[in-house]
Amino acid sequence: MPFPVEAETKPLIDSKPGKRSFSLPSTMESVSEIEAAAEKLAEEAGVDEEERFRITMAVREAAVNAVLHGNDYDPAKQVTASFENNGKSLVFTIADQGKGVDWEHLPDPLAPENLLRGTGRGIFLIRSFMDEVHFRQLEPGTELTLIKHLTPAQQTT
Amino acid sequence: MALTIASRELDGVTVLDLSGRITLGEGSVQLREAIRDLISKGLKNILLNLGDVNYIDSSGLGELVGAYTTAKNQGAALKLLNLTRKVKDVLQLTKLYTVFDIYDDEASAIASFK
Repeated sequence: MPFPVEAETKPLIDSKPGKRSFSLPSTMESVSEIEAAAEKLAEEAGVDEEERFRITMAVREAAVNAVLHGNDYDPAKQVTASFENNGKSLVFTIADQGKGVDWEHLPDPLAPENLLRGTGRGIFLIRSFMDEVHFRQLEPGTELTLIKHLTPAQQTT
Repeated sequence: MALTIASRELDGVTVLDLSGRITLGEGSVQLREAIRDLISKGLKNILLNLGDVNYIDSSGLGELVGAYTTAKNQGAALKLLNLTRKVKDVLQLTKLYTVFDIYDDEASAIASFK
C-alpha cells in the first residue's frame, strides 16, 4: 500500500473490489498523493493524456479544497479519499471534516466583478472537467463526488 | 516539482522564464514573491515566459491574476508569453485569457512594451 496510513486507521475503509479508500492528514503531501492516485487510476483505465490531465486537476482541486478550506490545514482533521473504477465510470470522493460549504450559493468566478479575484475558481474547474459533481453535507464536513464517464472502449461492464 | 524562475533583461523588459508547475505548494508563492521583488525594484515591464509551464491550478491562476493587478496598481505592465496548450485552455475556460496581453513570440512581446 503506497499511502501512509495511521496505525489506528484501517487501510481499506471499503473492501469493495476495485475501490480504494484511505484517510490522510490535512497536508499538501496528502494532496500530492491523492493527485497521483487519481492519475494512476485514470491511466489504468486507459484514459488518454489530455483527459487524465483534466481528471487529475479536478481531483487535486477537490483535495486542496478539503485540506485548505475544509480542514484549515488542521492536523487533527483527516481527508478521506476513495477511488473507484466501476466499469462504467471513474468515481472519486473526497471528504473533509470542516464546517461545510454552501455549494449552492458560490460566487461565479466568471462574473465581471469576480474575474480578478485571487480565489474562487476551484469548484468551477472541477465542474468543467468532470461529468458529474455531487456535494454531500456530512456531520461534520463535506463530501465531494467527482465522476468521469468512461468511453465505450474504456468500459469493462 | 518546484517552480524554477530565471530572470533576464531584454530591451528594458524583465523576462521571467518559468519552468515547472504553478500550483498551491509548488510555485504559486514563488511566483508571487518574484513579481513583488521586481515591482519593489521599480521595474515596470515584466514578461512571464510560460513556455515550460504545463500545469497551473486555481491557486496558480489566482497568483497570475494577483501579479497582474499588483503590477497594474504600481504602474507596471505584466504580459504573458508562450502559453502551453493546457495553460491556455485553463485561462480560456476561466475567461482570464482576455484579461492578459498574451504573445506567441518573444520579439513581438518585447516590442509591445514600448
